[in-house]
Amino acid sequence: MNPLAGLKLAVPRGTLFEPTLALLERLGVETAELRANERRLFFPELGVITMRPSDVPTYVEAGVADLGITGRDVLLEQSKLDSRHGRVVYELLDLGYGRATLVLASPAGAEDPAASALRRLGVVRVATKYPRIAAHYMEQTGRQAEIVEVKGSVELAAAVGLAEAIVDLTATGRTLRENNLVVREEIAVCTARLIANPVAYRLKAEAIDRLLARLRKDLGDGAEDRADRDR
Amino acid sequence: MVHPLPSGTRDVLPQEAAELREIGDALRAVFLRRGYGEIHTPALEYEQVMARGDLDRLPPAYRLFDEHGNTLMLRTEMTTPIARVVATRYAQAPLPLRFCYQATCYRAVRPARGQARELVQAGVELIGAPAPEGTAEVLSVLVEALAACGLRRFRVGVGDASFYPRLLSRLGVGQEQGSRLHAALAARDLVALSERVREVGIAGRAARILVEAPQLRGDRRMLERLEGEAREAAQGLLRLAALLEEEVVERLIFDLGLVREIGYYTGAVFEVYDPALGQPLGGGGRYDELLGRFGRPLPAVGFALNLESLHIALAGEERGER
Repeated sequence: MNPLAGLKLAVPRGTLFEPTLALLERLGVETAELRANERRLFFPELGVITMRPSDVPTYVEAGVADLGITGRDVLLEQSKLDSRHGRVVYELLDLGYGRATLVLASPAGAEDPAASALRRLGVVRVATKYPRIAAHYMEQTGRQAEIVEVKGSVELAAAVGLAEAIVDLTATGRTLRENNLVVREEIAVCTARLIANPVAYRLKAEAIDRLLARLRKDLGDGAEDRADRDR
Repeated sequence: MVHPLPSGTRDVLPQEAAELREIGDALRAVFLRRGYGEIHTPALEYEQVMARGDLDRLPPAYRLFDEHGNTLMLRTEMTTPIARVVATRYAQAPLPLRFCYQATCYRAVRPARGQARELVQAGVELIGAPAPEGTAEVLSVLVEALAACGLRRFRVGVGDASFYPRLLSRLGVGQEQGSRLHAALAARDLVALSERVREVGIAGRAARILVEAPQLRGDRRMLERLEGEAREAAQGLLRLAALLEEEVVERLIFDLGLVREIGYYTGAVFEVYDPALGQPLGGGGRYDELLGRFGRPLPAVGFALNLESLHIALAGEERGER
């Protein structure tokens, strides 16, 4: 039986796509069709909708998807930092994969250009795809910042001088190094999270709890496997 | 020519107006039949009156000054104005008091989300009737009213604002640690809840109860299966469930994690759900301390439904969505 029976799940494309499909496979969802066709976005026979990770909270909040999987970075940006204005979704489970760190980075060199800008100009320009996280973090750490929102490669902004620093997500740090940027501060560690629509969480409680139990078992087994390997 | 409207407001044209009126009339007929007298209050209130409610969670959309320099605002909800009326106009009246209303309220919105600043609410307030009898009466009116306006698949979530604080104290969790856990629950973040339980050094059975109990939701049997501290903390809900008629209780989802964010709720809290809409159509609960802020301490309970949300859910049900 399809473990998603009766539930609609928003699945993120991009780097979280593969590990999410692997997880669905372990639960017994037939994922061949999901892999086969990159242009198809909606798989009603499976109860799966695919989209970019930053759209997942939008679909889940509106209730057109009952559940969704997305990164904690997306949830911090859209929902958690501002409970009154953010998207209203329930965060149910840390899925553990897609581990990456939100960092403040700036061009390498003897002096950090961000620190220098702050000292001499009183304000630092920070380029990011995460304007709320960046603004909140700079405010919390008592620094004046001008947040520059970009949609594409953030590294470019610092490399060519649009900003003195960037706030971005990095898994290996390779892209940063290749653009001559160094991590100055770590802001938050992010992994994939399972989120739910508040109404579905009640009206489809049984199906959601059954899926949660299977996911917890899968995560627990995975942790044991890793512990075995480490031994 | 296109003449703009203030952001967050809109016109209602005849077809929609007729459908909304039909819903409002069906609700009102039930409220009146159950003995709730209709009440009108001014859309404008002194800010200091509305501030006895919860302006933090229900922030006003519009504030203005009168000719004497007093700060006025357009009301954000009707519970607080009715508490004002009870304290001033019904100071000696025999209890309980039953009021219903259909009123336009005005709220600040989340930016860039297309939300309405102006909304029509229909609801009731039952004042001077303590738990659990008063709560049971209002839930029964709520279920009858929702059925009367034609909604078929609705459910009412019922929680208890005092459940988690009681559970924390029965498990011996200190005030400061407890409020960190409660905040994670209120932010609907179960991942943070289990992390914080670990961080504050709670382990074993207590940790399991603190994480698992607020995830419990289901019918009356869920409540009856509770044991130990969770059962003790859920006494209010168990007493309420025992009073409810069958046609009411079958519509309810008891939910130990339900936290209505509005600050004046003290006991039972409700939310109305329909599968055709991704957010609650309305809600309510017990507010046993609000009347005291107006100088007449009385237990009270009520609910408010968002008329436009009801309309969307009805239209969705007709289309057979979800």
